[in-house]
Amino acid sequence: MTDLMDLASSVVEQAQSGEGMEVYVTRGTENEVRAYDGAVESLTSADSSGVGIRIVLDGPEGEGRRLGFAWAGSLDPTVVQAALSDARDNARYATPDPDVALAEPDGMASVEQELWDDGVISTPMEDKIALALELERATRAADPRVRQVSSADYSDGRVEVALASTTGIRSAARRTTAFVSVDAIAGEGADSQTGTGFSVGRSPTRLDPEEAMADAVLRSTRLLGAQKARSGRCTVVFDPRVVSTLLSVVASALSGEAVVKGRSFFAGRIGESVANAAVTLTDDPTDGRAFSAASYDGEGLACRRNVLISDGVLRMFVYDTVSARRAQTRSTGSAVRGGFAGTPSAGCRALVLTPGTKSVEEVLALVGDGLYVQSVTGIHSGVNPVSGDFSVGAEGLMIRDGSLAEPVREVTVASTLQRMLQSVVAIGGDLRWLPGVAAGQTLAIGDMQLSGD
Amino acid sequence: MSSTWAVRPECGPCPAAGVPAAGLLAEDELGTTITIPPVTDTSLIDPYVLQSVLSAALSHGGDMAEVFAEDSTTASAMLDDRRVEELSSGRSRGAGIRVVAGETTGFAHTSDLSESGLMAAAAAAASVAREGGAKVRTVAMSLGPLAAHDRGSRTLPSSVPKSTKLDLLVRADEAARAAGGSISQVQVGCGDSRRRILIANSDGLLAEDDQVRTRFNVMCVANGDTGMQTGYESLARTEGYEIFERYKVEDIARTAAGRALAKLSARPAPSGEVPIVLAGGSGGILFHEACGHGLEADHIVKDASVYTGQMGKLVASPLVTLVDDGTVLGEWGNFAVDDEGCAPARNVLIQDGVLTDYMWDWLRARKEGRASSGNGRRQSYQHLPMVRMTNTYLLAGSENADEIVAQTPSGVYVSKLGGGQVNTTTGDFVFGTTEAYLIEDGHITEPLRDANLIGNGPEVLRRIDAVADDFDMTPGTCGKDGQSVPVGCGQATLRITGVTLGGTA
Repeated sequence: MTDLMDLASSVVEQAQSGEGMEVYVTRGTENEVRAYDGAVESLTSADSSGVGIRIVLDGPEGEGRRLGFAWAGSLDPTVVQAALSDARDNARYATPDPDVALAEPDGMASVEQELWDDGVISTPMEDKIALALELERATRAADPRVRQVSSADYSDGRVEVALASTTGIRSAARRTTAFVSVDAIAGEGADSQTGTGFSVGRSPTRLDPEEAMADAVLRSTRLLGAQKARSGRCTVVFDPRVVSTLLSVVASALSGEAVVKGRSFFAGRIGESVANAAVTLTDDPTDGRAFSAASYDGEGLACRRNVLISDGVLRMFVYDTVSARRAQTRSTGSAVRGGFAGTPSAGCRALVLTPGTKSVEEVLALVGDGLYVQSVTGIHSGVNPVSGDFSVGAEGLMIRDGSLAEPVREVTVASTLQRMLQSVVAIGGDLRWLPGVAAGQTLAIGDMQLSGD
Repeated sequence: MSSTWAVRPECGPCPAAGVPAAGLLAEDELGTTITIPPVTDTSLIDPYVLQSVLSAALSHGGDMAEVFAEDSTTASAMLDDRRVEELSSGRSRGAGIRVVAGETTGFAHTSDLSESGLMAAAAAAASVAREGGAKVRTVAMSLGPLAAHDRGSRTLPSSVPKSTKLDLLVRADEAARAAGGSISQVQVGCGDSRRRILIANSDGLLAEDDQVRTRFNVMCVANGDTGMQTGYESLARTEGYEIFERYKVEDIARTAAGRALAKLSARPAPSGEVPIVLAGGSGGILFHEACGHGLEADHIVKDASVYTGQMGKLVASPLVTLVDDGTVLGEWGNFAVDDEGCAPARNVLIQDGVLTDYMWDWLRARKEGRASSGNGRRQSYQHLPMVRMTNTYLLAGSENADEIVAQTPSGVYVSKLGGGQVNTTTGDFVFGTTEAYLIEDGHITEPLRDANLIGNGPEVLRRIDAVADDFDMTPGTCGKDGQSVPVGCGQATLRITGVTLGGTA
């Protein structure tokens, strides 16, 4: 990791006068095993590295600064130099803007996270292969109705990142991840249904393949015989995985960048009630239990705990440096970036909806009658974080007399995000830490439109 | 197993800004139209090196070894909130090496195209073959001749001054804002890429391609009494900057703005099963999701598609003849060779409602003892190829689009679709509307808010009862198993007698 920081710093030292520079370098290794039908279908093993360089140039006097960016998928010195000159040239063409700036150290101490587990390296490849093969075998054997396992995967990765800038930022981080997932197909007669299960951790030894297997089997088999349901208004209970996905959509409307550019339905509503009073939503990458926990944000500032909605009242948005300046506030340490080829933007990293106390059974009992949704489709085609319009495909089970009943498929559930936040009926206590930007738990939302027959 | 088609992580209409990522070396000379020189002058890897790398890859045995080398440069520019916020350039260069031994594939990739870098990757890929206990195969291959591809004249994006690109952004921004006082925000993006690839394998195949793609997209927000609405439109072609001689950025901007403005007065979409008229060129995503993914052979061979075992059977209305065709010059899913070195073809998948073929890559075709259909694609050298669509379209019918609407007493007219998603095993799929209207008494009336439609592939395809003659294609980004590739979709105006619309009214 030291050599990565040395590389980033050495590039930053080439900054010319009147030029701000930020250099982000990463290096990683990935392994992926896919098992199928008792054999290894594919085995991938690869290293990759890259650099992203942002240049900030002073514009004409009093008109602000210009930003340029370039990246390269290599740390070869000549390639890095070419990226640097590209970034400089790109900056010449941007519109001068007084709000354009690199992050500056803000005195906030980072919360150090233990995101690295040597188990990813020390576990022999044979053991990783065995994990995928055993997951596939166990899933096939778990239930006679499982007629196919279309894939069982093990993957892991380790990545190191260093960021240096002319404003004095020096941050470095490293993390490991390990993942198993399995896709089961259950069949009965002509009917087929699917279910996916997975487990994530920082090392193969910390995975729970049993849980992945059981989840895939349960999800696929309990949908057998599913039919369309009748259209009508009802209360919908969402599975924790779905809630994690829903929160990630809400997150895009809580981005300070979307707000300052007039692309969020939350704009102008700070201090107002935007959700049921039971809703407290926090973005907290400093919580080491979050899979997406981090010490530093995408601009090298310390990550911090930001309470965005408390007791249903909108308290704040998340900002990176530029969006914060536009909103005349300070960065909340919430810059996110999609690797070396992306520039930072404001976003949530580890959202948590403060859990309630009820188990899923208690939530179902409270709801009485409604629809339990175990998975949704069309999040990107049917949910609009600007207007708040919400319409997704759903599959799951009817809830009758407080219990799960017959399976349902080929239906949609619809509302608006604004109305859904106000219509929260119950928040489960069954918080699950999931990959992605949000944790999830069982969540019941009233007055949704179910469309089927 | 579930495959998607939407704007970003899932998949969607055309490439939104920033995807694919960007980069180009600066060459600020005047834009010039040039003809690409024969690719052999610019080979990414020396043929002698290729031979030794392929031999090394098979040194522990195996049935096939392949080197896929790629050098891609991309550039993008974004105008947002009236400012040119960001010009971005990027370069990615490397090779992926695949060794197939029996049912097992070993894969390794490297950004180091030197002989030693390639040899290291070959050794990593070969180790799989050893673990699989493959028999050593002595390779005495001679790589075949390299075919030349006529790509016509293209204005290479790297030859276009950045200031010219920025002018396009500004013109679009102005046109969108002039479309109506309620337009409150405009985001305009343009991007281009040049992707040079070389594929060599131990069967003697040697192929190259030089793919240039250019895209332009506009996203508008309109603000009214009932809140904000969005409108989106894009242009994306496997061509250079000469496309802006045929397509006006102002038109793209006005279309996007018009969609946002129309929806300001939109009422909630209906809930439940309704007749749907899809406009010609509204997205074509219906077929991409309803059967496209389900006809990919990787799903078929694993019995993970509702179309498994349906060959020769009626799977759609007799009005449906569906084609996947990577040869359509300039379309977003066009190329000279696929990412396994195979030439694309015009493949008829469904003829008059009868299933006639699936789509194939090398690996799945080999299992069936047939040839690839030219559908082996990958996002980059860091990915294994798999079966992917190219340009998938429904052949036009003979009816008049206006008459189809006039003969629909009540229903919903969809003039633009967004993304979608499908579960190939069950055939259930969704696709979203981004511009839709009520049909009342055979007339298009009130605008509707965005919603998803949900249906089952084979059922919906059987319910198509009218196809018009106003065919058009649209670009999109297709996501599958974590990989995104550019694709085209096409269709004429058509009617489905009933699909479930997921509105709130």
